[in-house]
Amino acid sequence: MTSTAATLPAEPKPSGPSADTARLPLRELFGAALQGLRTRPLRAALSALGIAIGIGAMVAVVGVSASSQAQLLATIDALGTNLLTVSPGTSFSGSTEVLPDTSVPMIGHMSNVLRDAAIYQVPNATVLRTPYVPSEETGGIGVDAAGDNLPQVMSTSMSSGHFLDSVSGRYPEAVLGAQAAATLQITRADGHVMVYLGNTWFVVVGIMKSALLDTTLDSTVFVSLPVAERLFQVARNPSEIYVRANQNDVIGVSNLLAPTADPQDSSGVSVSRPSDVLEARAAAKGQFTTLLLGLGAVALLVGAIGIANIMVISVLERRAEIGLRRALGAKRIHISAQFLTESALLAALGGIVGLGLGAGATEVYSLAQNEPFVVPLYALVAAPTAGFLIGALAGVYPAGKAARLSPTEALRA
Amino acid sequence: MSGANGMVLALDDVGKEYAGGVMALRGVNLEVPACDQMAVIGPSGSGKTTMLTILGTLERPTSGTVRVAGHDVGSASDNELAGLRAHRIGFVFQSFHLQEYMTALDNVANGMLYTGRPLHQRRDAAQVALERVGLGHRMTHRPPQLSGGERQRVAIARALAKRPAIILADEPTGNLDSKSGGEVISLLHELASDGATLVLITHDPTIAASFHRRIRMHDGEIVADEHE
Repeated sequence: MTSTAATLPAEPKPSGPSADTARLPLRELFGAALQGLRTRPLRAALSALGIAIGIGAMVAVVGVSASSQAQLLATIDALGTNLLTVSPGTSFSGSTEVLPDTSVPMIGHMSNVLRDAAIYQVPNATVLRTPYVPSEETGGIGVDAAGDNLPQVMSTSMSSGHFLDSVSGRYPEAVLGAQAAATLQITRADGHVMVYLGNTWFVVVGIMKSALLDTTLDSTVFVSLPVAERLFQVARNPSEIYVRANQNDVIGVSNLLAPTADPQDSSGVSVSRPSDVLEARAAAKGQFTTLLLGLGAVALLVGAIGIANIMVISVLERRAEIGLRRALGAKRIHISAQFLTESALLAALGGIVGLGLGAGATEVYSLAQNEPFVVPLYALVAAPTAGFLIGALAGVYPAGKAARLSPTEALRA
Repeated sequence: MSGANGMVLALDDVGKEYAGGVMALRGVNLEVPACDQMAVIGPSGSGKTTMLTILGTLERPTSGTVRVAGHDVGSASDNELAGLRAHRIGFVFQSFHLQEYMTALDNVANGMLYTGRPLHQRRDAAQVALERVGLGHRMTHRPPQLSGGERQRVAIARALAKRPAIILADEPTGNLDSKSGGEVISLLHELASDGATLVLITHDPTIAASFHRRIRMHDGEIVADEHE
């Protein structure tokens, strides 16, 4: 090669091995791809819609479950995480242990125990609306004797009437758990409704709201301990002791509860913290959304196929543009990169719109359910990124097709 | 930047056969020295456009050797040919091939897109080129707002803004009336004489007569090579 000044009078580029290379800086690549989208805005919007719906569905699923989870955690916080439960454990041989009758006063004297309430199981007692109902049809309702501060310790309240009081210690009065009341189809506790408990009529004086910290209480009917002792010979061995510990020393109290409840054999005492269980359940609640996420993924797949379709059509329509670009010096890879980028940007746009749609749906849901609005932070990054990657994948075939077009065929089109 | 013998374009026994057995070119020999200006004439289907696309490295011949600006097209890679087109060759088409949604300035600047020069440089060069073709007042217009002659002048500015060694024009006046066609041809003559080789296909004998060298083609062969 000889350089002749006459041929190239004002060549601005330095000569060298790379002087004649075709280049397309990244910025220009994005510019070209955006140009392709800007010239057909309606088509771009429609083809991005599929991705937007898919991403939107997934964001909504994640957002709604995160919102419910946040709600559950907030409820747990409101109920207090300082509740501890003492119950008879299972002995080494497998039989159920018995808590000594001294356990309640012993625990009551512990420092850092704010309040406590015990319940005593009334064995073999059934609760019926009338004596004519077969006694086997208990509806799963158990009977417990309880002290008058149980609702206070459990952070629950009454939906009707009042809890057991000093009068209940002398007369046959009963309080229904929320589920027990529903099973017995009793909605009001106005002193006129009675239940047939054991072989005695009890006046229903109250119906409790659900005790979220221990929902087994919901399917229980409560009577006072003196009445239970008199009518059913119940022993003073508690079946459950609920303890509110000082919030700053929950662990310390928890460790001391078993030896305090039964100094002779602390291994027969089981201590648990119900809020831990609930928190674990709240965390697990997020896992049930897999199926819905799968549905979102199907929508995404359909969206991706839609984008691939549109891009193939676009490549055929734009043969002249592709031919021109090749004539202007575009390499095959420049052409495929342009269409790939266009497809990826289109889907990323869909992802951003979908993020908005999903967040909106979550907002509507959380307002309707009176739950806090939560969209996980990772969704803000994941939604557009997922769109971009899906779009790039969908663009592979059309981009390859564009790059393989013969430049002259394109120019004649 | 020309061949060892001073030829910027050289075809040696070039043949081009398309799928289906159509022989578009057969045994074509052509040498074009640097800065030559040449018209290609002949009836439709005589192989003019095929020869131009081969000269422009958009297609490879099925036989023979092609040398463009010193590069052997047969042995060059696709990417090398793209580089050659980006820097050394400017095309002017009958149907302009402007992008309708871009201003005249951006269309011309886009002609240098694949040279890797930054946008501001390309814009500057585009402005100079548009002023040279007499469209300094039309830079922000889009093609639909321009007349046919003006559009072709934008396309010429696009081909010339990067100062190519070779300008290939395929019936640039085919879609124009004779007055603006004449203006376009004299513009091409004037700009090419600035240091580029011009090969132009035309049907119009008047336009052909304005060239001192005319190639006449028929059935894929060069039947006459007239010099004045």
